[in-house]
Amino acid sequence: MAHFISNTKEEVRQMLSAIGIKSIEELFLDIKPRQRPRSFKIPSPQSEWEIHNYITSLASKNASGLILFVGGGYYDHYVPAAVNFLISRGEFVTAYTPYQPECSQGTLQALYEYQSMIATLTGMEVANASLYDGGTALYEAMMMALRITGKNRIIMDGGVSPIYRKIIRTYTSNLNIEFHETPVVHGHSDRERIRELLNDKTAAIILQNPNFFGAVDDHQDIVELAHQKKSLIIESVYPISLGLLKTPGEMGADIVTGEGQSLGLPLNFGGPYLGFMATSKKYIRKMPGRIVGQTTDTKGRRCFVNTLQAREQHIRREKATSNICTNVALCAIQSAIYMALIGKVGLKKLAQLNLDKAEFARQELEKIRGVEVKRSSPVFNEFTVRLSKDATKVVEEMIDYGFAAGFPLSKYYANMDDYMIIAVTEKRTKEEILSFADCLKKVLNG
Amino acid sequence: MEVYEHYYYTKEHEWVNIEEEEATIGITEYAQSNLGDITFIELPSVDTEVEQFEQIASVESVKAASDIFSPISGKVIEVNTELESDPGIINKNCYEKGWIAKLEITDKDELSNLLSAEDYSSYLEGLN
Repeated sequence: MAHFISNTKEEVRQMLSAIGIKSIEELFLDIKPRQRPRSFKIPSPQSEWEIHNYITSLASKNASGLILFVGGGYYDHYVPAAVNFLISRGEFVTAYTPYQPECSQGTLQALYEYQSMIATLTGMEVANASLYDGGTALYEAMMMALRITGKNRIIMDGGVSPIYRKIIRTYTSNLNIEFHETPVVHGHSDRERIRELLNDKTAAIILQNPNFFGAVDDHQDIVELAHQKKSLIIESVYPISLGLLKTPGEMGADIVTGEGQSLGLPLNFGGPYLGFMATSKKYIRKMPGRIVGQTTDTKGRRCFVNTLQAREQHIRREKATSNICTNVALCAIQSAIYMALIGKVGLKKLAQLNLDKAEFARQELEKIRGVEVKRSSPVFNEFTVRLSKDATKVVEEMIDYGFAAGFPLSKYYANMDDYMIIAVTEKRTKEEILSFADCLKKVLNG
Repeated sequence: MEVYEHYYYTKEHEWVNIEEEEATIGITEYAQSNLGDITFIELPSVDTEVEQFEQIASVESVKAASDIFSPISGKVIEVNTELESDPGIINKNCYEKGWIAKLEITDKDELSNLLSAEDYSSYLEGLN
């Protein structure tokens, strides 16, 4: 704390008079009393072990050790031990792209590998070196579509994560964007409504696959409609599902984003997570974030650089493609290590395992009186059920049996009090699924 | 610094050459030499209508990214697509082969808002 020297009364007086006010209190006049902290009294100092005990007791209030059947965009996948071992190497441990990036060839190469893997996984031509998380990546994709098309109408499918939709609405609340949200019909995008809303002013249609209800869809027809109007398709995807599903690249999507947590990142309490973004080569200059490129040095050796930096804010200032000029390099490298460990064949097997276990769970749950498994559309590893009781209450009661049972849809959707979505990853054993079904039966039917 | 006699100029270092109702625009010798090697140019689409001093294109060089403002109002009738594959043409020949766009213009009175070659030359001297 040697650097901290508080202002003297005289300095405070001088600063206040320079901006023409009399007291500190006057400075904060715009903050209403109810928005202020009740008091600035902080407890007296404590020793390290006292604080350690206090924090530990706080942490123990969290429900931990639950068997997870909850998804909603973040999934309980197994993270191989090698991932954490490799990512803990001192050379990698920085959240940022280094400020003299070309001095850190190892970091740049790892990010280059990450980009190549994301591009392959999504079926797109180029990917950036990551963004913050799935929601903000989707927002950045939307801004990118506005820049590319010069139009301002956005059609957002109701199957896009409500969390993401809220992020987008918050970020853009003061921008001149004409938003339209379309409903989900029998689990799928409402093609009729999209067709009605789509016009020459439409910059992009935002879709998600599988959608928030778990439904898998082929959006190729919507892509074709959009392209007729010179509108773009933005697709948010769940990367593990791409081991089996048609890629957004194959559907013809223009910008692809997603939450990369499932690629080797543990379920943290809100992050740090990983936003990924991929697009076509022709849009690369409109893409936000850092991009690592491969080139040769003066001696003709392969090396890596931060490239196309004229898009970024340290050069382009207020006209930059985004205010994001950093990324979550450590999380991106973590996912690259995960993808390299799992491999192409491994990812397919992993995706198949998720699909099979989810289907097994669906069949077991269907046997229970009071559970209606929605089967109007194919699913990957997450699905919607309707219960005979309020889903939020069911989830609460299931905690007593040691399960995080699912995500109640009433949190974000009206009139869906008895609906929830259930996710089943490769980590769930047959015994766990059977025990889950057994406990749910007890909760619903006594 | 080379300046073409019969062109008009802006303080942002764009030039315009008027031939009847057609205006050809580009960036000046001063602009290209200060930008350095140009790596990319974003051209407007044909039929775009621009106002005088409104952004019409942007260039990226190894040093910077800059917006290009149209010296005159009009409708874009042609763009120099050769710049897409070889933007370095601007570095080599900014006043002729390195032209950016051709506009159909309606209001020649706007030329009074621009600098003559002579005015632009003395403006450049002021900058040095």
